[in-house]
This record gives sequence, C-alpha cells and structure tokens, in this order.
Amino acid sequence: MQSLTTPLLFVIALAVIGYFVAKSRAMQVAGGDIRLLVSLPRQHALSTTLATLVPACGAVLLFALYSRIAGTTPGWFLSLVILGLGVTGFALSLIGIKIESRARTYSERWIMALLIFSSTIAIMTTVGIVFSMLFETFNFFGQYDWRDFFFSTTWSPNFRGNSDLGIIPLLWGTLYVSFIALLFAVPIGLFAAIYLSEYASPRMRSVAKPAIEILAGIPTIVYGLFALITVGPLLRDYFAEPMGFGQSASSVMTAGLVMGIMLIPFVSSLSDDIINAVPQAMRDGSLGLGATPSETIRQVVIPAALPGIVGAILLAASRAIGETMIVVLGAGAAARLSLNPFEAMTTVTVKIVSQLTGDTDFASPETLVAFALGLTLFVITLGLNVFALYIVRKYREQYE
Amino acid sequence: MTNSLLQSDARTKKRNAAEARFRAYGFSAICVAMFALVILLTSVLLNGVSSFQQTFVTLPIELVEERVDKQGNRDRAEMAKTTTIGYAPLLRDAFVAEIESLGIETELGARDLADMISKEAAATVRNRVLADPTLVGQTIEFDLLASGRIDAYFKGDVTMESAALDGNTSPEALMVAQALADAGIMETKFNWGFFTRPDASVQRPEAAGLGVAILGSIYMMLVVLFLALPIGVASSIYLEEFAPKNRITDIIEVNISNLAAVPSIVYGILGLAIFINFMEFNQSSPLVGGLVLTLMTLPTIIISTRAALKSVPPSIRDAALGVGASKMQSVFHHVLPLAAPGILTGTIIGLAQALGETAPLLLIGMVAFVREYPAAYTPEAGLFGEASTALPVQVFNWTQRSDPAFVERASGAIITLLVFLLIMNAVAIYLRRRFERRW
Repeated sequence: MQSLTTPLLFVIALAVIGYFVAKSRAMQVAGGDIRLLVSLPRQHALSTTLATLVPACGAVLLFALYSRIAGTTPGWFLSLVILGLGVTGFALSLIGIKIESRARTYSERWIMALLIFSSTIAIMTTVGIVFSMLFETFNFFGQYDWRDFFFSTTWSPNFRGNSDLGIIPLLWGTLYVSFIALLFAVPIGLFAAIYLSEYASPRMRSVAKPAIEILAGIPTIVYGLFALITVGPLLRDYFAEPMGFGQSASSVMTAGLVMGIMLIPFVSSLSDDIINAVPQAMRDGSLGLGATPSETIRQVVIPAALPGIVGAILLAASRAIGETMIVVLGAGAAARLSLNPFEAMTTVTVKIVSQLTGDTDFASPETLVAFALGLTLFVITLGLNVFALYIVRKYREQYE
Repeated sequence: MTNSLLQSDARTKKRNAAEARFRAYGFSAICVAMFALVILLTSVLLNGVSSFQQTFVTLPIELVEERVDKQGNRDRAEMAKTTTIGYAPLLRDAFVAEIESLGIETELGARDLADMISKEAAATVRNRVLADPTLVGQTIEFDLLASGRIDAYFKGDVTMESAALDGNTSPEALMVAQALADAGIMETKFNWGFFTRPDASVQRPEAAGLGVAILGSIYMMLVVLFLALPIGVASSIYLEEFAPKNRITDIIEVNISNLAAVPSIVYGILGLAIFINFMEFNQSSPLVGGLVLTLMTLPTIIISTRAALKSVPPSIRDAALGVGASKMQSVFHHVLPLAAPGILTGTIIGLAQALGETAPLLLIGMVAFVREYPAAYTPEAGLFGEASTALPVQVFNWTQRSDPAFVERASGAIITLLVFLLIMNAVAIYLRRRFERRW
C-alpha cells in the first residue's frame, strides 16, 4: 500500500498541472481567439485532468487489491505502470487539443465512468457480503459436520475443542423473541395506523405521527439499555418471580417487549402508506351503503390492503430477526430450548457477537461458526425481504 | 319493538357500540405507543442525569521535593520515574491533615480515609506536576475526584445501610464525607471531565469519561460523510438520470433496496472479513468503522437522493437542454443544486443512523479498552488508523461492567448520544422547512 501512495500523489499533482497547461494550450491553439474553439478551454482542462487521474486511480485500486490477494507488497514495476498511465493520459489529451476537438464529450465520458463505478459499489457490497461469509462458512463445514450444525439441539462451544455447535436452540430463541415482538408490535402498529389515517383530526395526526416516528430514530443500543435497566428488573420483580416463572431479569419476554416497541413505528408507517393507497372511492361506496366507518375499515379497507400489510409485517419480522443490541442486552446468553418466556434464551445474533469479540482464532470452528450463523441470518432475512418487497410492489401497482 | 327513527333499535345500538369500541382500540394503540416513548426517554434521563454531576474534594497538597523529584534537578524525564504510587502518600497525608484541622473525629485509619479519594487523583496530581515542574516544593490546591462510592452517596445511590454491607466503603467514611461536605471541602458540581476524559478501569468509575468515544465517533462520521455522500450522490445520479432500463440496472435497484434491509450485524461480519482479515487495516480503528458504516448508510443516502432528484420537474432539464447544455451539464448545473436540500436532509438522517449503530462496531474490535486519544493521522497507523471506541459502543462496554456506577455512566452517555442525534435531526428538519420547494 505504502509504495503506491507516492506514484498516486505524483499523478494527482500532474492532474492539477494538466488543468492549467491544457487551459493555456487551448487558447494557444486558437491563436488567442476563444470564439474559434469548439469547446471552452475549461472543458479541455477538465478532460485532461480526468484523463490523467481516472485510469491511474483505477490502476491503484486494482493493484492494491491484486497485491492483497497475491500477498505481496506492490513493487516498483506497478508504481511505474501507474505513473505511465498518468503520463500517457496527460500527454495524449494535451496532444489531442485542437480547435475542433469536442472536449466536453471527452470529459463527460470520464465522468460517466465514475458514475457507473459508484453505482456498482452497491453490487460489490452484496458480493463482498456473500463471499466473505461463504468462504469462511466453507472452512467451517470442512471442520464441522453440517448435519450437526443444522440439526443438533445443543449449543455448547468449548475453546479446547469438542464443541457442540447446533443452531436449533439459537434459531428457537430468535424466532421466539421475534414472535413476541410481533405479537406486541403488529396490533398496536396496525391500530395506530388505522386510527391515524381514518379517524384522527389533522391536528392530532401532526402530533402523533412524528412522535411515533421518533421511536424509529432512536438507536437500538438505547432500547437495549432500556431493556437491561428498566424492563428486565420490572418484569422479574412483578411478573416472573411472583408467578414462579424464574428469577432472570434478561428473558425472552424482556427482549421481545422492548423489540416490540422498536417495531411499532415500522409497522405503523408502512401500514399507513398502504392504507392511504386504498382508493377513496371504495370507502365512499361502503359508507354510502350505510356501513359504519369501522365496518368499512374491517370489511373493505383492510381486505383491500391485506397483501401490503402482510408485506409490512414480513419486513418487520426480518428486522426483528436481525436485531442485535436489544437481544444482547435483554435476552441473555444461555442457549436453551424452552417454552417459558420468562427464561433467558439466546439468539443467532447474540452468538455471532459473542463468538467474534475478544480473542478470536480464525482457524477454530468455534470462531468460524459465527460466519455460518451470519450466512444463515443473511439468507433468512434476505428471503423475507425479497418476498415482502415483491408483495408490497405487486400490491402498489394494483391501484396505481 | 319500536319502529321510530328517533329511537335506535338494538341492532343499531350494537353496531354503534362496535364502532366506538373500534375507535377506542385505535386511540389506545396510539396512547400505548406514546406511553412507551415517554417511559423510554424518562427512564434513560432519570438514570443518566446524575452522571453529569461529580463529587470533588478540594485539597491543598504539599508537593514534597524528596518524594516528587528525588534528584532535585526538575528534569521531567527523571521525575516521570516516580509513578502514581509515589504520589499516593502525599495525597493521603494532605487528606488526613485536612480532616484533623477541621476537627472531624473518626475511627477510620489513614488508609481507609485515603480510599475516599479516587485512585485517579494521584495521576491528576502527577500530570500537573510533570506539566509544570516549578510547582515542586510548593503547596498547591487541587480539585480531586472523590471515589465512586462517596460520589454515589451524594447522589443518593449509596445509603448508610447499603454501605454497611459494602466492602468498598463504610458508614464511617460516609459520615466523614458528610462532615467534609458541610465544611465545603467536598462538593458535587458539573462534571466536564465526563465529556473529555478517556475511559477508566473497572475500579474507578468516577474517572470514566467519553473523550475517546466522542473523538472516535467524530472521526467515523467524517469518513462516512466523505465517502458515502459522493458515492451515494454519484450512483443515484447514474441510476436516476442516465441508466438505461435494462436487466443490469434492474438488478442494481433491487440490490440497493435489499441492502437497506440487511441486518447491521452482517455488515460487521463483512468489515471483519474484508477490511480487517483481508485488507489488514488496523483493528478497532475509526477507518474500518467508518468504512463499514459507509457501506451501511449508502442505501439510505441513495434512496433519499433518488427521491430528491425525482422531485425536480422535467421542465428544468428540458430548459437546460434547450439552450444547448449537455445532459451531464443539465444534471450538474441545474438538477443537482435544486435537489441539494433533499440530498442533505437524507445524508444527515443517514449519518444520524450511522452514529447510533453499535452491532457492526462490536465485531471490528471497537469494544477494546482504549485510554489514549486517537490521532487523526500518524505515519505508522495511517489516516484514522489508531485504535478508538465510539459512543454507542462505549455505552455497551459500560453496561458489561459490574460496578453499578457504570450503569449511571452508560445512561449519561446515551443522553449525550441522543442530544447529538436530536441536533442532527433538528438540522435536517430545519433544512427541509427552509429550502423545500413545491413545484
């Protein structure tokens, strides 16, 4: 990396010089009369700068990546190539300055290349996510039987080896917490959306809608702390202990309840959009036949909006499954298969965090399992998202 | 059965009751949501407000030359050999002398009394002396941190009863503290150190601060701003203005909306595998944190930028093209400036989201205990390459420690974080209100 910085700085300097040289050369070519030029001097200048900079920078990125893959430090040869690219671009575009040359088109081609490159970064991120996890997951399954991973019901990592790394208790905890969260968030979010879009006065709407959306802007660590210091002890002292369900402050209920609060704005704003998209004519028809507003909502609006609402709930579920900080602070760390919601259980995300923080050894299955867990999580949430977006999109088109 | 229109029949009554019930359900759902918001905020506020106050002891300390500067030549390098352990007796003697001169009677020995002052205090004195060696030999008045338990007593978290059961303090110590407070030597005042000090070890919660975490968060926000904004704007311009409608751009679009919904922890795994294991950037550096958060906020910025570009009416583009601008010029000279307020609003919201994100940072090692302020650039570590923490991670870190004084600190850090978020969102709302144009 270090050895590529020097030629890069040189190329940048050359590009800056190129700007001014090209500007004056363009005027010189025109014999000092700017009206003769097809393109403005400034366009020639920009074209030269970009021709110097863009290929060389691309080469720097490529070589940096190559030397990482090959595991070597880039030598003088690569530096020379970068310098060569910069100088060639500089020289060619300076020579190319003529009265009739269309510098604007040339410079815009370079800009277009940059724009296209930027928009591929999103693709590269996805590829990076998939490959980084796929590669290590492959390593993991080389050391640990995949059948044990997917079907074993015990999770007890042991850093001296011989661990049981079954995903089932973690998945159970994840689904249980998410289920409780949705049980809480879906009715509240849905009713809030219905009230706001069908009943509330504009004044109430202007107060309540932003207030609910504040909940969406609060970072999850705040919810986590809330679960840890307020909700957890409260549930333990007033519900779990008197009813004899257990003495744990961190529990599925704690995490689920707090996550439910987090999901309310998510469900309500999505459902709000969808309910508003139902054509007014359908409501008017129902009301005109003598139905009360609530009958209209239950029998006309909701059935019409149902696919969209299902999509919203699926998106919320995917959010709940991938949520980390609330469960790290609220659900506990013990992998357990139990039905009691007041017991501490753990989730996939909690275990990813605990296996990858602290001293990690990337050769042991106990660390590598985190990548397999991550990939499982990614596949589940991606599946839910794709399905939900498909439903929502299909539904939106219906009334447009 | 009556048939009068003025008197509603049983069925109508039932239907009207159902209507009222339904309406009440909706209203109570809103109330529950609001109630949850209020409870959430007040619980954090009530727990955290006290962390902005701290108890200090004002002590005149004689900086005895034989202890502080054994050679007597005021050479900093020589004096630095005296560790904080060498300073501790000075503090102890000064504290005991102060208590005696005030006539406070206690059964506690000098050792127990010295425990009432924070272990950090000796370092405070030492740093001051090393910064200014001419102080040696004089008697200087210092504002020193009281120990965490004494501080908690003045905040009402430690009582005489709980102190009797506590190994770290005793009711006698609290009585001495009360007497000192009555004499004006011990005082609870606003704690600037909370925002400037680095983190402190488990034994000294009173000295822990957010200095390193705030610095690390600022560095990461800079990285995110300088990478995510240009890349996000560039790719939205391409997708919105230039991209042909074909298979590839379709894939990019679906891809972006899916990336926006990928769990944040997956980005942490990506950062660990690509930036740390593969690219070998420094672990727990703001650079890696910033890169991970950049990838995470990119979809948010792209989605809002595209909405902003879309809202600029086509007549603007047509007018520019009509007077001879190229497509590129019409975008950069006309559409982009008009869309700027919307883009900025989206960027600020994306940054706010990145500022509060915790999970991915845990995986790239930002949970490490860092006491040194990270430098923005060093030749060895490169740009933003020194180990650091971040605000939300510091909160998580403090919740994992056993001393209850850290829970108070964690809530205080949350309040600080929320204030930052509030400011950012207020700026975004202001920008939207001030510059929003309806076409």
